[in-house]
Formats: sequence, structure tokens, C-alpha cells
Amino acid sequence: MIRTPLRPLARILSARARGENPDSIERENIRLRQEKMRDRARAEGRLLLLGIAFIMAFTVIGGRMGLLAATEPTEPRSATSGAQILTGRADLTDRNGRILATNLLTHSLYAQPKDMVDPARVAGELARIFPDLDAKLLLARFTDGRSFMWVRRKLSPEQMQAVHDIGDPGLLFGPREMRLYPNGRLAAHVLGGASFGTEGVHSAEVIGTAGIEKYLDAQLRDPALEGKPVALSLDLTVQATIQEVLEAGMKMMNAKGAAAILLDVHTGEILSLVSLPDFDPNDRPQALLKGDPADSPLFNRAVQGVYELGSTFKIFAAAQALDLGLLEPSSMVDADAPMVWGKHRIKEFENRNYGPLLSVRDVIVKSSNVGVANIALMIGAVRQQAFLKSLGFFGPTPVELVEAAGAKPLIPKRWTEIVTITASYGHGMSASPMHLAAAYAAIANGGKAVRPTLLRVDRPQDYPAVMSRDTAVKAIDMLRGVVTEGTASLGDVEGYQVAGKTGTADKPKATGGYYHDKVINTFASLFPASDPKYVLIVTLDEPVETTGPIPRRTAGWTAVPVAAEITRRVAPLLGIRPVIEPAATDAVTLIQN
Amino acid sequence: MRPILYALSFLAVMGLAFWAYRENYATQKSLRHVEELQAEIATLREALAVQRAEWAYLNRPDRLRELSTINFDRLGLFPLEPTQFGQIGMVSYPLPPTPAPDGTPDDTGATERSGTLTGPDAPDTDSAKAQGNVDPQERQLP
Repeated sequence: MIRTPLRPLARILSARARGENPDSIERENIRLRQEKMRDRARAEGRLLLLGIAFIMAFTVIGGRMGLLAATEPTEPRSATSGAQILTGRADLTDRNGRILATNLLTHSLYAQPKDMVDPARVAGELARIFPDLDAKLLLARFTDGRSFMWVRRKLSPEQMQAVHDIGDPGLLFGPREMRLYPNGRLAAHVLGGASFGTEGVHSAEVIGTAGIEKYLDAQLRDPALEGKPVALSLDLTVQATIQEVLEAGMKMMNAKGAAAILLDVHTGEILSLVSLPDFDPNDRPQALLKGDPADSPLFNRAVQGVYELGSTFKIFAAAQALDLGLLEPSSMVDADAPMVWGKHRIKEFENRNYGPLLSVRDVIVKSSNVGVANIALMIGAVRQQAFLKSLGFFGPTPVELVEAAGAKPLIPKRWTEIVTITASYGHGMSASPMHLAAAYAAIANGGKAVRPTLLRVDRPQDYPAVMSRDTAVKAIDMLRGVVTEGTASLGDVEGYQVAGKTGTADKPKATGGYYHDKVINTFASLFPASDPKYVLIVTLDEPVETTGPIPRRTAGWTAVPVAAEITRRVAPLLGIRPVIEPAATDAVTLIQN
Repeated sequence: MRPILYALSFLAVMGLAFWAYRENYATQKSLRHVEELQAEIATLREALAVQRAEWAYLNRPDRLRELSTINFDRLGLFPLEPTQFGQIGMVSYPLPPTPAPDGTPDDTGATERSGTLTGPDAPDTDSAKAQGNVDPQERQLP
């Protein structure tokens, strides 16, 4: 700090020269200096005050943080909303709110052998209550020095009372939330199952092990959703009916397995998904360790079963040809069987010949392999692949099941011309019935590629168009022809205008080649044809119809009658009023007086 | 003046202290009550969940199907059939109230009641047949 002199010589000399008192200059300078010093002291005081305030504020914040870090967390006691009080894994319900999976409080039984009064008696009594426990083994475990041991994961109330009556202080109960599927085997493949994850004495995690329980595991366990039930798209009544009819049909047709899918064509909701044989998700069987997984009841044929679906694919080639403007339903195509392509001979069913020329509509109605092969050659490999891809045949289905992602369609690596030909009638490439349902839904709803879903859809969705509405209407008309005059004549249900296409495919051998007496029969149908609302896919695995003199293995004799019975039973449940088809004009006589 | 002020403020402090003491205990009591209520809600909700599960279990389609088969002679239940859909023409139009037997206009409550009782009773089947309607069970689709 520069100190200004109190008596600057220049000013004093000039003041003296003027005859003024130089002391006044000194006094003035002293006053100015004191003023400056006062201002500085005041500013320092303020800074000190501010510093103290900051120190206090930071001390308070720091102290509070320390306190929060050091205290034990407690639940807020007064301010909890109703749903937070007791929340477990969320329920699963069907589309109308009927329970498919819920939780039930039971108890687990554990032992603390060190507190046990008489281990030998306890082991004997426990073995008497639970016949699958061995008294000797239990006693050995009770006395080998361990301090804790699980005895049972779940107890029924009666068993719990019986254990209670043993009265030993070393036997203790812990509460357990257990997943319950009240409908038993119904929709088993959709629900999958649940088991315990991390287990403690006071509680255990319930985790999904398969199906939608595993797919939605995070959502079902999310505490932020407060246990709000998840509504699936399934309809319990429809599911039960289809299961009943399909089971009867499977037995009647001597099939070893069967699957059925009912899909809403506008929303993509799966109203029913049945795969037989099935299992009880309350007591989920163990997966097979060796052999074909398809032989296990856990195998979901509708989603995991990737099969060559046969002639059901023919409609896609026909629809694409119509959509591209190459053909009309009445256009004639070459159907002269057998067709020779390189070293391959393409033959018709039972070596028939529908040719030399057949209209596109008749190709579908009579299910001509050669006709549809020629249509596919007109379309070409690139466009055929693109169309099948847009219908979803090249990737796994987006259904909300963990198994769905693993079931990729089998597509040949090189799409040669012979693949183009065989794929047009559903051979050489494999897909699951769920793929087929989604693709048929695209035809049924006027050309929109729906996304099949197992969750209830409340709002109409916007799906990409894969073909024109006009094409879809013509394709539906051809499919209706299959039922009224073609291979699926047993599939007609009075009043419901069923339209559909049969498919019979020989099963491939594991060693290569095809079996001649083992087939997969599929009937893909939609109803009512005038305004399609639902797609129904029925697949039978190795069926044989034996009422005639020779065993019949075509879909028209096996899958079709089963599908017809399902439609007859289910359509009224879905609230579809039978359509009275217009009577012939001469049946009504007008009388006037 | 000043002693009185001192005495008053002392009393006020005493009063506030008493009030705060009481409030503290009242709050603790309410919190205990809330805890009790929450425990009760949890128990009731648990019971509700059990009952819902039981309801779902007792109403499972397999069991209902079995019960309707066992009790078929009493209930006569069939699966829903397409032929059971009725049409609006099959519902007979409500008949005009029949005049009371003594001929007086039916403006009293008694005759009104008798009219609604007898009205659709006797002439119903005849009128339905006259209008060309058939019983829903007998109706066949073309």
C-alpha cells in the first residue's frame, strides 16, 4: 500500500507562498487516510462473517451426511401407499382378468441340529410325515455337526401342523411365497414355471424358469410396478376348449403330438396356444438329458417345433404373384407333372397330373406342387426371399416366450433355384406353426404383417403392409375354395365360412432323407372368410387316420376335421355370430296379395 | 409491569412444553396404530390372495367341465353351439297391457301389476309362432 505523505512539500510551499495555513492540508490528508482505514476494517469484518457462515453451513451438511451414513435404514412408517404394504411377484391373468398364475404363502422347513433335543426321534417322525425322506440319512445329517439344514422347501398346512406336533426346538419354519398355477396343465407351455432363486430363512426369490414367466421375469418382480397383474392375450375359456378338442383329436388320429394356435388377425394377440403333450407347471418335469428334446412334454411344438410345413406355403407364392401383377386367379399356369428340374423330379400327391394347364385358383384348391413351382420360378428367388422375409419366415418369432428366440427357422444357406421351387410348396425350409400363424394373419387382415404377441393389446397397432388389400381378398377367396371344393372339404363349419390350406410334409430322418410313414399334418385356416377375424393353425405330429381300409396320412383327413371341430366350438365363444350364407334365389318365393 | 411479563412468558413456556410433550406421545401412538393397521392390511391382503387363488382353483375349466358332466341330468348343460345365437326378430314385441277383467281402464297399480303378470304369459308362444319365429333351440341354419 502506497502511503501518501501527510505534508507534501510542493503543496505546503505553494500554500505558504499564498499565505495559507499548511496545517489544514495535513488535517485534510489525515481525514482521508482514516476514512480509508475504516472502510478496510469494515470489509474485513464482513469477510470474516461470511467465512464463519460458510464453515457453519458446511459443518451442518457434513454432519447430516455423516449421520445419514451412520444410521440404520428404516422403512417409512407413516407414509406408505396401500400397494406397497405387501407386494410379491405380480400375478398373470388372462385377457378377462382370470388368474393364470398367482402367489400363495406357504412355509419352508429347516433344521438347526444343534438345538435338537432328540435327533433320532425327529428323523423318524419326519420320515413318517414325508415318505420320500429316509430316516437314516436324515439322522446322519442331523448328527454330522452341521448347524443348519433345509428339510423341505414347501409345506402344506397339514404337513406343517404335523411337523409342529413333533415339538422339537430344532425344527423351524420360514415363510415362503410359492408360485401357484390354479388351472393346472392349461396353458402350461405359455406360463412355463417358476422356482426359488436366492433362498434365505425369512424369504426366497421366486424366479421364472421358462415361458413367459422367465421372459417377463424382471417386469413381474419390479417393485416399482407394485405387483400390478400382467394381462396376457390368452382367453382361458377358449384355451380350455381348444385343449380339450385337440387332445381328443390327437388321440383319435393316433398322433404323438399336436399344436394349435388361435390368433387375432388385427391385433396379433394369441388367444390360445396349445401344445400337446403338456405338463403341470406346478410340478414342472425335468428336461430330458439325452434324446430328442421334442419327445419331452416341455417341448412347445407351436413355437419351438420347426417343421417343414408343406403345402400351407403355396398360398404365399400365389399371393405374391397376384401382388406383383404377374397373374390373376384365373390365369392359366403350366402344371404338367412330373416336372423335371436338373436332377430333381417334382411330382404331385400320389403321382397324379393336374395339368397340362391349371388356373392359379385351382393350383391352390387342388394343391398342385408343379403349378406352384412354376409360379415361384416366375417370381424369382430374390423377390420370393424378400416376400417370405417380410412375412417373418427368416427370423425367430417375437412372441414373449424365452423359447421363441431359440427357435430360428431353418433356411438353406444358398437360395438356389431348386430351393425356390421347393420352398414354394413348403419343403426345403422349416418354420414353426407360430410363423405360419403370423403369415396367415397378414393375408387375413388385408396385407398387414402383424406381430404375434402374448400380451393383451388394448389399442390397434400400426403394422407394415406386405401386400395390397386386393391381393389379400383374392388370396382369401382361393383359400375359401380349398375348403368348399378342394382338399379341406371336411373343414367347412356351417355359418363360419372357414378358409384355409392343408399341408402334409414327410418328416425328415435324423440320418438324412425322409420317412414315408411319418408326416406332419398342418391345417392353416382363417374365419369367417367374408371378414376374417381369427387365424387357427392346427398341427398334428405323426397322425394316421385308420377308419378306412388303408391308413390315411394327409392333412385333409387328420388335421382338418380337428380344426373344424375347434372352430365349431370356439367361434361361438368368441362371440362370432354364424353367417347365414345367401340362399339360392329360387328358394324364396315372393307372394303378394 | 415487567414482572407480570416475565410471569406470563414463563407460563407460556410451560404451556408449550406440555403441549409438545403431549403431541410427541400422540404422534408415537398414531404411528403404532398405523403399523398395526398395515400389519392387518397385509394379513387381509394375504388372505384375499389365498381366496382369489382358491376361487381360480375351484373355477378351473377342467373342474367345471367335470361338474357339468356329473350333474348333466339336473343342469343339462351343453357346450355353446353356433345355433344358440338368436336374432332380434325372435324376441316378441312387448304386448299392450290387457284391460282389467272388470273393464275399467288400467290406471291403478293393481291392474297394472296383473297386466304385466298375465300379459307375456299366456299369449306369448302363440304370438311367437304367429310371427313365424322358432324356439332358439330348434332353429337350424340353412
